[in-house]
Amino acid sequence: MSLNTPISKVRGLGSAKSGTNHWWMQKIAAVALVPLTIWFVASIVQMTNADYFTVITWLSSPVSAILMLIYIVIALYHLRLGLTEIVEDYIHGEGMKVFFQFAILFGCTIITVASIFSVLKIAL
Amino acid sequence: MTTVKRPTSPHLQIYKWAPHMALSILHRVSGVALGGGTLLLVWWLIALASGPDQYAQFQTCMHSIYGKIVLFGFTTALMLHLCNGIRHLFWDMGVGFDVETTARTNILVFLGTAVLTALAWTIGYGLV
Repeated sequence: MSLNTPISKVRGLGSAKSGTNHWWMQKIAAVALVPLTIWFVASIVQMTNADYFTVITWLSSPVSAILMLIYIVIALYHLRLGLTEIVEDYIHGEGMKVFFQFAILFGCTIITVASIFSVLKIAL
Repeated sequence: MTTVKRPTSPHLQIYKWAPHMALSILHRVSGVALGGGTLLLVWWLIALASGPDQYAQFQTCMHSIYGKIVLFGFTTALMLHLCNGIRHLFWDMGVGFDVETTARTNILVFLGTAVLTALAWTIGYGLV
């Protein structure tokens, strides 16, 4: 019989050694993404026919640039966590699982860095 | 080698297909689709950072019929994931997790997706 209390199993442990961290981070990102998504869509629908300089002027303002950077970072973080969960649920071969985890992390990192670089190049 | 026929627990094909099941898998499907959507976002930003010519090229692609189909799919996926995601956050707080409320919020999620997508396209392109 184990003398461990149930709480010691929960705290930062479990088979993945990370407890509920993945789930909790996914939720925090989701809450942040609700207003950010509304801001993003509300902004973008006004620029479907906008010319280059209109869009550049909009994205160059500090508020737009900062919100866009926050949106990109949090959305891609939320995407990485979500895709990872899907791979963990549906891909059972160890080799394929590792391959997809690498692909997700590399892909999300490249998109995040490329987006941040572009926004900074436009805004600065 | 003999295989023991053990009883198995009922899986997906046993149950009658229901709206909440559709929304459950659509939440994941739309999530993956939005991963593809981020490629559009980064393309847009890189085009803007590269100059007027690259931006014009991006605009041409997006205003073509294929571009519009992709953008419409992107909008729908985003609105579905947003509406159903908000419902998930309520569920996480233990709110509305019973069968009756879930049946009602199923309709709300579908309706919200349709209304928000239509609203975005009405403002964006002057059409539904």
